[in-house]
Amino acid sequence: MSPMRTDRRWRRGRLGSEADRAAFRALHQASLAAPALREGLTTQSAERAVRHLRNLLGTPAVAITDTEAVLAWDGLGQHHVEQAAAVGLLAIEKGTTRTVDRGQLGCTTNGCPIRTGVVSPLVVEGRVLGTVQAFAPTPTAGLVRATEEVAEWVSGQLALAELDAHRNRMIEAEVRALRAQISPHFVYNSLNAIASFVRTDPDRARELLLEFADFTRYSFRRHGEFTTLAEELRSIERYLLLEQARFGDRLQVTLNVAPEVLPVVVPFLCIQPLVENAVRHGLESVEQVGQLTIVAHDRGHEAVLEVEDNGVGEDPDKVRRALAGDASLDSVGLGNVDARLRATFGDDYGLVVETAPGAGTKVIVRVPKFAPGVTV
Amino acid sequence: MNTAAVPGLVAVVLVTLVTLAIGTWGLRFSRTTSDFFVASRTVRPALNASAIGGEYLSAASFLGIAGLLLVGGADMLWYPVGWTAGYLVLLVLVAAPLRRSGAYTLPDFAEARLGSRAVRAACSLLVVGIGWLYLIPQFEGAGLTLRTAIGAPEWAGPVVVGGVVLANVTSGGMRSVTFVQAFQYWLKLTALLVPVAVLLVVWWGDGRPHARAGADGWSVPVAGDGGIGLYTTYSLIAALFLGTMGLPHVVVRFYTNPDGRAARRTTVVVLALLGLFYLWPPVYAALGRVYAGRLVAEGRSDVLVLELPRLMLDGLGGDLLTGLVTAGAFAAFLSTSSGLAIAVSGVLTQDVTTRLVGEQRGGVAAFRLAAVVAVVIPLVGALLVRNVGVAQSVGLAFAVAASTFCPLLVLGIWWRRLTDAGALAGLAAGGLGAGGAAIATLAGYSPGGWAGALLGQPAAWSVPLAVLVMVGVSLATAGREPAHARRFLVRLHTPEVLGAGPG
Repeated sequence: MSPMRTDRRWRRGRLGSEADRAAFRALHQASLAAPALREGLTTQSAERAVRHLRNLLGTPAVAITDTEAVLAWDGLGQHHVEQAAAVGLLAIEKGTTRTVDRGQLGCTTNGCPIRTGVVSPLVVEGRVLGTVQAFAPTPTAGLVRATEEVAEWVSGQLALAELDAHRNRMIEAEVRALRAQISPHFVYNSLNAIASFVRTDPDRARELLLEFADFTRYSFRRHGEFTTLAEELRSIERYLLLEQARFGDRLQVTLNVAPEVLPVVVPFLCIQPLVENAVRHGLESVEQVGQLTIVAHDRGHEAVLEVEDNGVGEDPDKVRRALAGDASLDSVGLGNVDARLRATFGDDYGLVVETAPGAGTKVIVRVPKFAPGVTV
Repeated sequence: MNTAAVPGLVAVVLVTLVTLAIGTWGLRFSRTTSDFFVASRTVRPALNASAIGGEYLSAASFLGIAGLLLVGGADMLWYPVGWTAGYLVLLVLVAAPLRRSGAYTLPDFAEARLGSRAVRAACSLLVVGIGWLYLIPQFEGAGLTLRTAIGAPEWAGPVVVGGVVLANVTSGGMRSVTFVQAFQYWLKLTALLVPVAVLLVVWWGDGRPHARAGADGWSVPVAGDGGIGLYTTYSLIAALFLGTMGLPHVVVRFYTNPDGRAARRTTVVVLALLGLFYLWPPVYAALGRVYAGRLVAEGRSDVLVLELPRLMLDGLGGDLLTGLVTAGAFAAFLSTSSGLAIAVSGVLTQDVTTRLVGEQRGGVAAFRLAAVVAVVIPLVGALLVRNVGVAQSVGLAFAVAASTFCPLLVLGIWWRRLTDAGALAGLAAGGLGAGGAAIATLAGYSPGGWAGALLGQPAAWSVPLAVLVMVGVSLATAGREPAHARRFLVRLHTPEVLGAGPG
């Protein structure tokens, strides 16, 4: 967008030189192709980007291939599409820019401008992902240079796309880690607590075992990045039932949930780590009963969740470091939840933590009822 | 102030207090885990439907219809019929897919469907416009009611209702909004049903008198004047049938349903509840024909429901019933205005005031500022604009909604090739057409003949215009069809039971 604006302002004021305007046009075309390429090299992204690349190169036809097949072709001479894959292999094998002459294309159609071509490989981190191919009636050194530069620029965009994908994989891995974090202690302690009821209260033991089964099923589920607040709260309630079976009266839980916010979509396991932290903090102070309060309000277009305990509290500086991602602290979940909320809903929606040593902890989560792309 | 004002005053104060009380302390779920799961207590369709009914049945329904019927006769029955049948259209075409889209407001839906900030902004503008157009008659009606009930000056009603709504919304007092609104529905129904039952007994006791035979076409279901009358009637039907789905405060409530199936069930219950409610205003009108001909002559037909009990009954009975209908009318203003104020300020917060206030001060300040703007502007509007019938100006809000959001929703849900440019052009055509006509009418510009009919009831031309523009421009800009359109439509139309199920 911005190159175009610059372009317009220039023309309105003093006319830039022809070279200036050519540069602006080129930058503008590049900026149009960039969003598609940032999605990685697929048929869809290639189809959306190829038109802009052809404008950039100013040739009758441009093709983009991956290492196997043609992803997109824009321009004249559609009957050459079949050849492009084979032509691409030349550059992929050598890893350098190649030219294709009349003999190799062997076109007999009258008036077809596709006589020669330049094939340049797309290289990201030393791997060839595909090629950019420009076709023209006559081969020129300029075209070779231009195609090479465009291929390099496209490679840069694809590298950024890989980076994005990498970051997403990182977040996914963290979610998986969170799931795995359903701590062995919790499993062990829950099973022990259930075992203690088997003789004295078999019915309760059975119920708890079923809760345990449902809890693990939810926590280990594989599909979907998002869930509804209802599902998340249900799982939290199961978790709390199991903890209460273990701690008895030492853990008191109050839930106050506005039913209007139950359908809100949230990142999977974004509340549960907060509750686990709260239970741990609440019970660290031995002399009093651990009070845990979970509140969910309806605030028009947002839902507000609060998880509060009356435990030992924490040094605000430590919490700040945990939120900044310092993994050496014991509130591992906090930084992860904060990062995922921000990644999902934007930077306005990070965690708010109110705490001080000895004063308990209150974690506040705000989530919008709707965010584009966030669905179960 | 005389003793006749006492029942009305008591009713108004009681309704206000109860509303504030339920809103603030309300029937919220506060449980320990040893009880059943909170999360399974999603809002049931019956409760949600009552809430929708409570929010939807406005001053126009409670007061306006009876007055219109008293004056205009059977062709005015299209108002209650249309207001109910709008939910049928909503049920068939929109309810479940809209819920599955995950959108909370109409701008949300536009953004999710078309992926365009510009369309979102246009929708936000329209939500605010329609909300204000709908709020003005609510405040006007409040003025009318307080003047009739306790003899207060006409500006008092709007100011009181505006103040209560503002206090309620800004204090976060609408926390258990579903319960408040559900309560309001049953209050309104009771306030209408009990008096009418008593009055019917009185009428029976009087020997079932008939209205003075005025063969002035009172029972003809089409407005008079030949072609114009027919046009006006059809235009009204179009506005009401198609406008319901575009009302911001109705759409917001559908989000509370857990899934598309629940959204459909809710709509069915809403249809039943509205049908039950709308049976009674015509009875008031019919009794009014017998006992309250004076109101027509005085041009005060809007207060028929409030005055009828005293006209038919003397003494304590009349006073009590007057108190009850006053309570119902006041509940109607409060619930509808609160719902609209929340919807409008929600949109203002999302798209306007958050940027004004800045992110440092956070959501609460932004929401309060938005609420003030959302309430004060229509309040001023209500004090300036006079003498437009309550039901007519609500009808105009429906016409704007029908000409803008109805095409957007229906095409957005059922037609893959809708583009952002098409949507924008259609919204502009419908919004400017119907909105311009509405503003002209509110400003008191009403030429006679066809011009007056076209301005006073724009829906019959503005809805087709908006649809045609939307379709035409979409086809012309086929290249802009959003990449995810097909996938999005599949999601809208896939029943949840086909999904992976729980787990």
